[in-house]
Amino acid sequence: MDLLAIIRIAMRALARNKMRSVLTMLGIIIGVGAVIAMLGVGQGAQQTMQEQIQAMGSNMLFVGAGTVTRSGMHMGWGSTKSLIYDDMLAIMRECPAAHAAAPGSNTSGHVVFGNDNWVTRLNGTEPQYFDIRSWPFFEGSAFTQNDVEMSANVAVIGETVRKNLFGATDPIGQTIRINNLPFRVTGVLMPKGTSAAMGDDQDDIILVPLTTLQKKITGQPWLRWIMVQALSRQGSYAAQEQISSLLRERHRIRAGDDADFFVRNLADMADVADEAGRVMTLLLASIASVSLIVGGIGIMNIMLVSVTERTREIGLRMAIGATEGNVQQQFLIEAVVLSLMGGITGIIFGLGASYVIAQTLGWPVLVSPLVIVIAVLFSMAVGVFFGFYPARKAAQLDPIEALRYE
Amino acid sequence: MATTSQTETSLTGTKNQETVILVEAIHKYYELGETRVHALRGATVEIARGEFVTIMGASGSGKSTFMNILGCLDKPSAGRYLLEGVEVSSLSKKELAAIRNRKIGFVFQGFNLLSRTTALENVELPTLYARVSKAEGEKRSREALALVGLADRVEHFPSQLSGGQQQRVAIARALVNRPSILLADEPTGNLDSRTSVEIMDIFQKLNDEGLTIVLVTHEPDIAQFAKRSIQFRDGKIRRDDWIQNRPVASEVIKNLPKLED
Repeated sequence: MDLLAIIRIAMRALARNKMRSVLTMLGIIIGVGAVIAMLGVGQGAQQTMQEQIQAMGSNMLFVGAGTVTRSGMHMGWGSTKSLIYDDMLAIMRECPAAHAAAPGSNTSGHVVFGNDNWVTRLNGTEPQYFDIRSWPFFEGSAFTQNDVEMSANVAVIGETVRKNLFGATDPIGQTIRINNLPFRVTGVLMPKGTSAAMGDDQDDIILVPLTTLQKKITGQPWLRWIMVQALSRQGSYAAQEQISSLLRERHRIRAGDDADFFVRNLADMADVADEAGRVMTLLLASIASVSLIVGGIGIMNIMLVSVTERTREIGLRMAIGATEGNVQQQFLIEAVVLSLMGGITGIIFGLGASYVIAQTLGWPVLVSPLVIVIAVLFSMAVGVFFGFYPARKAAQLDPIEALRYE
Repeated sequence: MATTSQTETSLTGTKNQETVILVEAIHKYYELGETRVHALRGATVEIARGEFVTIMGASGSGKSTFMNILGCLDKPSAGRYLLEGVEVSSLSKKELAAIRNRKIGFVFQGFNLLSRTTALENVELPTLYARVSKAEGEKRSREALALVGLADRVEHFPSQLSGGQQQRVAIARALVNRPSILLADEPTGNLDSRTSVEIMDIFQKLNDEGLTIVLVTHEPDIAQFAKRSIQFRDGKIRRDDWIQNRPVASEVIKNLPKLED
């Protein structure tokens, strides 16, 4: 008996009880639809996070001045004065895994332009910072190394600052006052958006030459951070090791003592975010698959009813030459057809739901073809798994008893 | 009542004919908890090709068990059953299914047609389990339906057919794989007397063409259309007679009053 004939028989049997078949399928439709939508949302979120971390530069390391404990009191990030410009030069000189580095310090800045004012993060750094962070300019350009040497009053502003101070005015070449000092705006950075990993607005920032910040605003000659770019994402782990041991040596920290700095690896963060995304996706999918299992139980239930209802038919088929295998195959395929049709409808519903979620939440939803293939295979597997017992039961009927069944 | 000698003579009388069914001293018992039910207590029958045998007997006489064994739906507890020389008791379930499919045609009291399935598709059913192509199966099914006089009812559903027509579809289904024997279990049990005779007419014609038929019935006037009558009682064969002066069903129909609708 060929497969096509069995499938035809199965379709006919299912068409005989349309309402019942559709309701049974609904369990699988909802299950598969939910899994598809949840995986889509989960993977979309994961990808967004990855993109944002990529945007920060996944091969980046952040060396921060550590906390200092003075008479039992933690003074907070950057309270040590131990991280200095020479540390950065040493990193470039002695750490082969480090490709580039930018020093930096920061404070908060009160910015005024015309009648508008804004409070933002004020960072002092050197021009290579923009390359390391792969942060392009929306208009204008970065300040130059010359500006750094001259401690020039020039500034690069983020999109949030531009929006709040300038509105429709072109900011390039305009003079703003930062903490009461006049600065000429040389460039506006491309908006980066809110970082999913950090949760802060990355565009709320002003960058000025490091020396300008140190000499004219904070008066502090030490650094609060050094951004280091490793050669690659893999290389960032080696760089982390090298920088750590180099700085411990330079800062004369004995083995076992706490360091007065920290090295944060963005590749680490990418991994953490990856892992978090995976866990979330898995969680959503496993909740959704519960409904798939419930749908499978529905199929099993209806197949058992069907076997009982069609006892005489089974007896007849056996009497006219169907083997146990034929009967089992017939019911198994009926269950698989049921679950597969439900699965395919579920995929369509899932894609629809993903689209609606994407539209209403403004959340990127990512449904990979692999997920669809898995959904199809999984719904087939549900059919086989939950159809097996009823089919077995049908095949093991005694034809004499079955023919006599009323 | 001289049954044994009758059987002997009938056997010698058909000696030159091929034996289709040979049942030797078969027993069948069922274990029902502590008690053992003895349904067959040593029945011996030989049926040659082209015979038309009725099996009669009260309920509990063992005739149903006997038919189930003949139909390869059940196996004897003891004794031998040879169908066309093949020892059936030794076959696997799969082989038995193949025998039911190709060598035996079943006709039941309750017709057992699949509802919402056309007459043609019902008749095609056994060909699905045989190694027969779709086209060949359909061709044979149309032929079988024509043979029982339903060539014009091919696309009808069972619900659109009368009881007699439904039973004729069932007969066509039994014939479609060209079996060696046709087993009919009270085929007229659900039919009125005129339709019953019509069915017997079909059986007689099929038998005239050489088909071996074994038929179970309660009704003596139906049994007389056959050539040979076997009576069961208490799991044993009580009588085995040739039927004398058997009526021709097509003649009987002419004398029956037409049913008023």
